Amino acid sequence: MTYAAPGAPPAVSAELPVIQENPIAALRRLASRIATLCWVELRKIRHDRTELYTRAIQPALWLLIYGEVFTRIHAIPTPKGVTYLAYLSPGILAQSALFIAIFYGIQIIWERDAGVLTKLMVTPTPRSALITGKAFAAGVRSLIQGVVVVIIAAILGVSLTHNPLKLIAAAAVLVMGSAFFACLSMSIAGVALARDRLMGIGQAITMPLFFSSSALYPTRVMPGWLQAISKVNPLTYEVEALRGLLIGTTTTLWLDVVVLVGAMVASITCASLLLPRLANR
Amino acid sequence: MSVSAAEITPPEIVTHAVDCVDLTYSFGTHTAVDHVNLSIEPGEMFGLLGPNGAGKTTTIRMLTTLLKPAMGTVAVFGIDAVAHPMLVRRVIGYVPQMLSADANLTGMENVELFARLFDVPRKERKQKVADALDAMGLTEAAARLAGTYSGGMIRRLELAQALINAPRLLVLDEPTVGLDPIARGVVWEYIARLRDEHQMTVLMTTHYMDEADAYCDRVSLMHRATIRATGRPADLRAGLGEGATLDDVFRHYTGDTLGKGPAEEEGGIRDVRRTRRTARRLG
Repeated sequence: MTYAAPGAPPAVSAELPVIQENPIAALRRLASRIATLCWVELRKIRHDRTELYTRAIQPALWLLIYGEVFTRIHAIPTPKGVTYLAYLSPGILAQSALFIAIFYGIQIIWERDAGVLTKLMVTPTPRSALITGKAFAAGVRSLIQGVVVVIIAAILGVSLTHNPLKLIAAAAVLVMGSAFFACLSMSIAGVALARDRLMGIGQAITMPLFFSSSALYPTRVMPGWLQAISKVNPLTYEVEALRGLLIGTTTTLWLDVVVLVGAMVASITCASLLLPRLANR
Repeated sequence: MSVSAAEITPPEIVTHAVDCVDLTYSFGTHTAVDHVNLSIEPGEMFGLLGPNGAGKTTTIRMLTTLLKPAMGTVAVFGIDAVAHPMLVRRVIGYVPQMLSADANLTGMENVELFARLFDVPRKERKQKVADALDAMGLTEAAARLAGTYSGGMIRRLELAQALINAPRLLVLDEPTVGLDPIARGVVWEYIARLRDEHQMTVLMTTHYMDEADAYCDRVSLMHRATIRATGRPADLRAGLGEGATLDDVFRHYTGDTLGKGPAEEEGGIRDVRRTRRTARRLG
């Protein structure tokens, strides 16, 4: 290693060694940042569980009222041997994760306003690691909320898989879906820049995302134009993967996972690129 | 990262803690920082003074690697901020203008978060977190949520967060804005003690001339994106004759008063909003 010689102008960076970023060290740092931000999320849930309960009300209503009624009237075709309530449960699981994840854009603007974001960005954390950490924190929160939804579904008599591998895979799918929607929301935050504006945008996109997915009904009953939208909506792939894993409907699981991973990586990249715009406003 | 900044720049070799050469930044057509040259000695308590909108925070943002300079260079202990942002971040402790501790975490968790983000090894983490809280007189309040803290306590908590990394340069953006006079005095006491006990270099921005006069070794007067004068507060005052205050010095070099005048208006809605946010958080 070379040092700037005594008396040499210290600002001349050419005399400093070029530090090679070792990819293994970078990966380890990324893992550490993800773990740290997930830890923060768990601590926050532990300190204040009210959100966990209030956010359980909506999925409970969807399953209890909408689900029960539509199970009875047999309006929506479901695969053989699957009740509509069972068919709906993974959809509501994905919906509740979506609603949580969309909130992260508002949260990051709040953190910007409070100065927390700049402080995080002055730690040795690359912005992609910061965004990925936040994406997985959203995943952790969704997962805990998901357990509540699964319990409600179980109380209503929906029997989900008991295969631990499938449950773990479903948890991974839920985390990836949440990570994608959290980064989508944080990307929009990087464009919208103001909290009140983002709240409007958030409301304007969550319901269309939800209704254009296969969360409530199979895509084949949709009109053609909606089917087209549904095909590019990552929520559809999340729901299909969850449904396949939890209640055993047929789906192309590898395709679902590839779409989710691709969407997640793209949205993390997008949100990371927009982060300085948000932070330096 | 396996290379620490301390390894590549032994303190005895580096002559300046901070070096800005022709540092320039523009927001669109508005030049916020215009060819700023600044050198800060290790161990110095240095104040960057000026009204809202003078360019202090933008200068700090370039120094803390948040903004890339449009022109010129900025180096911290000889490390170029553009070439090696991650290394610069490791030698800096930063406390932003707004009270920015996480209200939904306890004091201890707030500090532990930064211990993790600065890769403090797991074995040392608990002790270092406890030490930092103790140094800021927050041991008793450590288990409480930061949301229950007073403004002065939050400032001290933020200092504890910034200290966890044993930084060589502490950067404070308006450290006492929005605090009552008693809390202000306490915060200054802690900052001064840090400097004395750890030979830390401190760079702060402020628009309180009296505080700068009392606590800074040297100050730079910044006005409309440029530095108008630099020196020891006493020397600057003496240059104007008997009984002059730092406010008079500022008026002498800028032809402007602090607080009133067009400069304040240039601070614009962003500064007003920021100050309001801080006031709201303080309740």
